[in-house]
Amino acid sequence: MGFGDTSYDVAHVLGGGMLLISFVLLYQRRIFALVNALALQGVVLALAAAWQGHVQGAPQLYITAVIALAAKGVLIPIYLRRLVMQLPPARRAEPASGIGASMIAGFLLVGLSILVVLPATAGARALAREDLAIALSVVLLGLLMMVTRRTALAQIAGLMTLENGLVLAAVGVAGMPLVVELSTAGLVLVIAVIAGVFARVLHERFDSLDTSVLDPHRGEGT
Amino acid sequence: MLLGACFLALLGLGALGATGRAPRWVFLGSAVASAGLGLVGAIGLPATPLPFGPPWGAAQVAVDALAGWFLVILALAAVPACLFAAASPPPPRAEGAGFPLFLAGMALTLIAADGFTLMLGFELMSLASWALVAARHATGAGRRAARLYLAFAAFSGICLIGAVGLLAAGGGLGFAAMRAAPPEGWRAAAVLALVLLGAGSKAGLVPFHVWLPLAHPAAASPVSALMSGAMVKIALYVMIRLLFDLSGAAQPAWWGLPLLGLGVATALIGALRANLERDTKAILACSTLENMGLMVAALGLALAYRGADLLPLASVALAAALLHALNHAAFKTQLFLSLGAVYSLAGSRDPDRLGGLIHRMPWVAGCAILGALSAAALPPLSGFASEWLLLQALIQGFRASDMSVQLIAAASLAVVGMAVGLAAAAMVRLVGLVFLGRPRTPRVAGAPDATGLMRVALVLPTLLTLVLGPLAAVALGVLDGPIRQVLGPQAAAPRFGLELALGEGGSRYLPGLVALLLALVVGGLVLLVRRRSPREPARGPAWDCGFLPPPPHMPFGDPLSQVSALGLGQPIRRSLGGLAIAPREWLVNQPPGSPAAATLRVEGQDRGFTRLLYPLARARRALSREAEQLRGLSLRFYLGLTFGTLVSLLALVALLERG
Amino acid sequence: MAVLGGLLTQLLHIALMLAVAPLLVGVVRWLKSRLMGRRGPHPMQPWRDLLKLLRKRPVLAEGASLVSRVSPYVALGATVLAAALVPSFAFGMALAPMADLLLIGGLLALARVALALNGHDAGTPFGGLGAAREMTFAVFAEPALMVCVMVFAVLIGGTNLNAIGHGIADGQLGLRVSLIFAAVALAAVALAENARVPVDNPATHLELTMVHEAMLLEASGRHLALWEMQAALKLLVWLGLLATLFLPYGTAAPGSGPFAWGLGLVLWGVKIGLLALALAVFESAIAKMRVFRVPEFLGGALMLALLAAALIFVSTGLA
Repeated sequence: MGFGDTSYDVAHVLGGGMLLISFVLLYQRRIFALVNALALQGVVLALAAAWQGHVQGAPQLYITAVIALAAKGVLIPIYLRRLVMQLPPARRAEPASGIGASMIAGFLLVGLSILVVLPATAGARALAREDLAIALSVVLLGLLMMVTRRTALAQIAGLMTLENGLVLAAVGVAGMPLVVELSTAGLVLVIAVIAGVFARVLHERFDSLDTSVLDPHRGEGT
Repeated sequence: MLLGACFLALLGLGALGATGRAPRWVFLGSAVASAGLGLVGAIGLPATPLPFGPPWGAAQVAVDALAGWFLVILALAAVPACLFAAASPPPPRAEGAGFPLFLAGMALTLIAADGFTLMLGFELMSLASWALVAARHATGAGRRAARLYLAFAAFSGICLIGAVGLLAAGGGLGFAAMRAAPPEGWRAAAVLALVLLGAGSKAGLVPFHVWLPLAHPAAASPVSALMSGAMVKIALYVMIRLLFDLSGAAQPAWWGLPLLGLGVATALIGALRANLERDTKAILACSTLENMGLMVAALGLALAYRGADLLPLASVALAAALLHALNHAAFKTQLFLSLGAVYSLAGSRDPDRLGGLIHRMPWVAGCAILGALSAAALPPLSGFASEWLLLQALIQGFRASDMSVQLIAAASLAVVGMAVGLAAAAMVRLVGLVFLGRPRTPRVAGAPDATGLMRVALVLPTLLTLVLGPLAAVALGVLDGPIRQVLGPQAAAPRFGLELALGEGGSRYLPGLVALLLALVVGGLVLLVRRRSPREPARGPAWDCGFLPPPPHMPFGDPLSQVSALGLGQPIRRSLGGLAIAPREWLVNQPPGSPAAATLRVEGQDRGFTRLLYPLARARRALSREAEQLRGLSLRFYLGLTFGTLVSLLALVALLERG
Repeated sequence: MAVLGGLLTQLLHIALMLAVAPLLVGVVRWLKSRLMGRRGPHPMQPWRDLLKLLRKRPVLAEGASLVSRVSPYVALGATVLAAALVPSFAFGMALAPMADLLLIGGLLALARVALALNGHDAGTPFGGLGAAREMTFAVFAEPALMVCVMVFAVLIGGTNLNAIGHGIADGQLGLRVSLIFAAVALAAVALAENARVPVDNPATHLELTMVHEAMLLEASGRHLALWEMQAALKLLVWLGLLATLFLPYGTAAPGSGPFAWGLGLVLWGVKIGLLALALAVFESAIAKMRVFRVPEFLGGALMLALLAAALIFVSTGLA
């Protein structure tokens, strides 16, 4: 298991592709482009899961792949696009501020996850170690996106990235039980958040998808 | 013998200069004496005790390979500067006296072979250069710059005395004795910290860089050239001498990391500020910061590689630092003198009052453009060769076994790359503002070119820059000696024949061949194109971008329709400026109905002031307020204070005795 | 024999680069027109323009100096030398030992500085503006390029372009995530260096946001021809660089015969054609960004390059 070994290389490149798309998400300010990148990440995730199913000989991973492809690659992006279409054009992009800082923060987070994962997994196979580092980076970048973005849709994108990272970590570990269940549960969570009238309610009550509008209402209703 | 003669000559010239008579001969004599010192540097001198010295032993002097290299650099910077000074109008008497003493101080630091002489030379250099800065300014901003410089010089002197004292604690003040007993443990760490503070603040390392862009431009042009071309190199020499040579070869690899970090930070901030300054000499001084940062970063790499037993890489890094010291001395001396010539002949240091000087001063402009291209690190000129070595040394950082060191090398590479790009931008801005375009004032439109001795003073370092580019490998061959001396007999300068190469089969750069091929290609292009289109160009008005045509009393067009110094710096100020300065931009709106134009004001202050000096000053004021309050306390409280002090002193003594 | 082959390939290569460069510009323009639903000029049009311009007498601005007359030659000379170092159909050309990536970067920087000085020379507002912006973009592009060079140096051990291309073509290295990251970073740098769409618009002349064309406003006649050739050759150098670094497959090995050269030539044409198509599609699909967003764009490229370096350290540390 090392470089030049196809099974290693392809898995590695797919993981790296997901990380790259995470950076695109972090950089992109237009929401349409965000949704497209998210769809692409779902497809890459599906490919990664299918490849792992092939390499590990674990058929249940194919189920994960199909779920990822159908839900994250096709259905959710279509739904999100329809949501975005309802927005006025001025709301379809965020003000471009702090991109440089968030990119640097993203770079530092990747460095952090490498430095954390590598010593912690000493003794495991090289493939698992590096893939885990990449998956953790994707998760952290998703969190970073949820923290730094202001509009609800971008935060949903962050949440989906986070969940993609978790699934990537799960499929990369050979013999991990409950992978299908995990990915399905994650998916249900994401769908719940999206469909959970979050965006709708905001849209109707405040005529804005900016979650900072909610701040003055903290503590109300208790 | 020659050495002694040169020193006596310099001291005598200092005395003559103090009388204020025959200033031209003072400077010409200084030129001859510094050339003699350079010769001594090239020959070398074994350690010789002098017949006089401090009460505890004779002072010693020696010129080994390392000191010789720096003596040559000193001479190469000093000769043109002295010639330029001789060609300038007679200076104040203090300057005539200080100039030879300044040279003598720098040379004494280099030839010293014991700690006392080293510090004597260093302090002489500091004081003389302070006098030279202060000589031209009785009051005002220049005087404040001189005062700030004096404070920093005193600080660096104190730190260095501490470092030398720590090194001498093992044996004695002689370099041989210090080498025999290298410092260990906390003493070594303290030496590193003190040298970084002392020599670092002389070299302008962050965060002690604030004085340099103020003090270097405040002096007369040849003095600025010497300070930027030679004096900061003396600080570099002291760093190499104390950290590499006298601290022994057994120091750990992490020693290099503080130097590397401070070096790249200085390079970035210096290059950034060079793009923001509005004074030609300050731009050059900030570019000096950048180059010193690169050299110190190379030194740090060399220390780190030596500690990690990667001797070939250590020699690449050290060669980068030493070669860049030489190249920088050549092009920076030349640039300061060129801009000095512009100052004295066209009457301004403000780029917004210059412009288009290439038409009126072809010699000065030609020299300055070549120097600026070299400072921008473009092949095949001299600056590129040494920066190529530095970049290669950084790129090879992946050979370190520790991943954090690899990451630091990658990040440093990114910062150095940015600094190199910024330096190129700064040089293009400087040349574009001062020499290209249209004149911005009538005075500039009638400026004469440099003639006689002044022209010689400009052409000499320009030739040196031109020669050092293609022949960088020859200079590296000379560097074998200093590198062996510092890194041990197995080390060698990274070259094969006429090329710069990292080991056999490694990356290589053939500066001579690149220059030759470039000349061939450009020549061929000229021949081809001119054969097809032989006619001389015609002249026509430039497209005016929709501005109104200038009125007849402005024969060179409206100066406002050229980009200003601030305007050229705007893209970099907007994108990166906040790193180096605290910039403020605000719009000055006219009241409604007023015909005057609204203006955009920009101000910026170095973060060194806002982060370091102002807080220090505030702390001092706060302390003195506290002390004032102490006077109003009751007697009992006074007694308590005294008692507490006594008890804590006793506790300290007890602690020290146990430890 | 090997020396002779090296010399022959070198000369053929230089001729090929010079011949293809304007054609490449023409092809990209033609592809873009087609993608936008226009007929577009013939791909040979840039060559015709060049030959016409070369015969014309230049008109210099009144404030222009010697710099305006010298800088086009210097810039094109430096670019030609850089083009001679980037392999096309064969490795092991006569100048191969010189083909250091940092040197190529330095030569392109020399051309860039010559262009910026040319922009300053006439003393017009646009010229200075364009020069300042061009140099600012380079501040971000250069470190990204250098860190990418470091990634390759980690894989191959040195910075020689021939050794790198050869080592990657061998296939011993496999697919690497870092290479993907580095490819994206270098592609962004290439877009910025060649004044292509998200950074600058090569198709317009009178835009307040322009960079590259602003420095050439006062160039005319043979000087303009030299500058246009320089821009075209620079584009080819960058595409060739991307092809050599990331798709070096099929390029003839050192010392091989004419058949391998022919194969290499065909494959090189295919690679450059694909890259040109990708460029045209990308330029048609994307809008130009504000000037002050360009540093962010290139800063992103720098971050990706640093990530590539970090990942390559990890994988070489593990292997």
